[in-house]
Amino acid sequence: MKTGKFLSIIALLGFSVSVMATSVPEDKIDTLRLAPINVEPTPPAMQAVINTDVKQVRNYPMQPPVIPHKIDGYQIDLKVNKCMQCHARTSTGHSQAPMVSVTHYMDRENNFLADLSPRRYFCTQCHAPQLDAKLLVENDFVDIDHLIKANAVKH
Amino acid sequence: MLAKLFDQLKLVWKVLRRPSVHYSLGFLTIGGFIAGIMFWGGFNTALELTNREEFCIGCHEMENNVYQELQTTIHFSNRSGVRATCPDCHVPHNWTDKIARKMQASKEVWGKVFGTINTREKFEAKRRHLAENEWNRLKANDSLECRNCHNFDYMDFTRQSKRASQMHSTSLASGEKTCIDCHKGIAHQLPDMAGVEGF
Ligand code: HEC
Ligand code: HEC
Ligand code: HEC
Ligand code: HEC
Ligand code: HEC
Ligand code: HEC
Repeated sequence: MKTGKFLSIIALLGFSVSVMATSVPEDKIDTLRLAPINVEPTPPAMQAVINTDVKQVRNYPMQPPVIPHKIDGYQIDLKVNKCMQCHARTSTGHSQAPMVSVTHYMDRENNFLADLSPRRYFCTQCHAPQLDAKLLVENDFVDIDHLIKANAVKH
Repeated sequence: MLAKLFDQLKLVWKVLRRPSVHYSLGFLTIGGFIAGIMFWGGFNTALELTNREEFCIGCHEMENNVYQELQTTIHFSNRSGVRATCPDCHVPHNWTDKIARKMQASKEVWGKVFGTINTREKFEAKRRHLAENEWNRLKANDSLECRNCHNFDYMDFTRQSKRASQMHSTSLASGEKTCIDCHKGIAHQLPDMAGVEGF
């Protein structure tokens, strides 16, 4: 038993030494922060959220549409869901906002509920307002429509 | 003892009733006028003192709950640097309204003594009730306090977002709705809104 413990301690020590030896090179650490790990860079100025009220095209049919307006201070907690002041079925008359689609009233067995489904309650889990910021990471997503069109040209 | 006091009061009354021999009528009127101003001014100063934010957040009930929440909103810090303080939204600037509100405020001193909201839990439990008092007040005075700073006549719809101008040029312009109908929770967190119109 005692030797077992001793051996595992040795193994652990050896492992941690090997981790230190193969640590990530410095220029690979500062990927997104754009500064060495021991330096606190001045954060960039906060960007204003796009508030044009123009709906954006979805990249695929099941995508949660991005929010075309600002949502500063909109309270979403157990007490109240501010988004539903405009997006609930009964509110769209006065707000002229699109109603949350029927999927927001469905539970995972596809039963329709009378009220918002709990799994769709916290809107900002899936929907986000947008910034007019430059991409930090290259995105090579291609819309399926482009693929189809590209194929159509070849024929 | 009581009889003696009564006698003294009688004497004072007699002096007061006697026509003035030593002071001219002019002195009395002008003196009275000045005294009146001083009294009125003092009263006003006392009101001004209780009309400052430091006074409001002197009570931990106000400081720990609503004041903390206010600090994260646009009415605390914004690009224009205009700051809305508690009395800007909660005590009417108009003189008569001011006094009426102060009389109601005595209820708050009562609440302080008996601790109706002296913990966060008690505050949250009572919050819907307190908020409703404020909504009713703002609804009744057509959101007077908001309009002290935000004047509808000078709103430039072309500079507002589409959602805002759409609403302001219809329901607000027609007088069908007032600011507080649409802008609840602009300065503090909202209570449980179940059953509130529009939610
Ligand atoms: C004051 C009313 C109001 C509130 C509150 C509100 N919205 Fe909206 N929303 C609108 C309107 C109106 C539109 C239609 C486009 C526009 O005018 O911005 C819209 C559009 C959207 C869209 C785009 C829909 C599409 O088909 O592209 C999403 C997503 C959305 N809102 C999500 C939210 C979320 C999430 C919240 C809460 C954080 C929220 N909204 C709060 C009024 C509101
Ligand atoms: C689990 C992720 C998720 C959550 C949470 C969620 N949504 Fe969605 N939402 C979606 C998806 C996915 C779509 C597009 C497909 C669909 O309609 O189901 C969508 C569509 C919408 C649309 C467009 C509807 C239409 O027919 O144009 C609106 C508006 C919207 N959501 C608002 C909200 C609001 C408000 C909330 C919070 C109450 C919310 N969503 C919560 C995923 C979500
Ligand atoms: C003596 C401590 C104290 C001070 C000072 C104080 N408050 Fe209060 N306030 C309270 C208490 C306690 C309540 C809850 C009263 C109750 O239980 O009905 C309250 C309730 C309120 C409400 C709820 C509205 C209502 O009618 O029920 C508002 C708004 C408010 N205070 C604003 C203010 C403002 C603005 C000031 C400064 C001008 C201020 N308070 C100063 C203790 C205080
Ligand atoms: C002391 C003056 C003052 C009072 C009183 C006041 N506001 Fe404001 N309000 C401001 C200022 C300043 C701004 C920020 C303007 C800016 O820089 O964009 C603002 C911003 C707003 C906004 C815009 C929020 C946003 O996210 O862009 C709304 C909505 C608003 N106020 C509603 C109200 C309502 C409702 C009331 C009454 C309960 C009220 N205000 C009372 C000064 C005031
Ligand atoms: C019929 C509903 C309604 C009424 C009444 C109303 N507003 Fe608004 N207001 C909105 C909506 C919707 C927005 C945009 C969404 C948001 O800021 O949450 C808005 C935005 C604002 C803004 C920010 C402007 C911008 O471009 O984003 C200010 C400031 C404002 N309202 C002040 C007021 C004042 C002051 C009153 C009363 C004189 C008032 N509102 C009455 C619905 C209303
Ligand atoms: C921009 C306007 C504004 C300012 C500034 C403001 N309030 Fe309020 N307050 C409101 C409105 C509107 C309500 C009604 C409830 C709601 O819509 O959130 C309210 C509600 C309250 C309530 C009732 C409880 C609740 O949260 O609903 C208290 C107490 C209160 N305010 C105290 C204060 C104090 C203390 C300050 C200063 C630190 C302050 N308020 C600053 C607008 C304001």
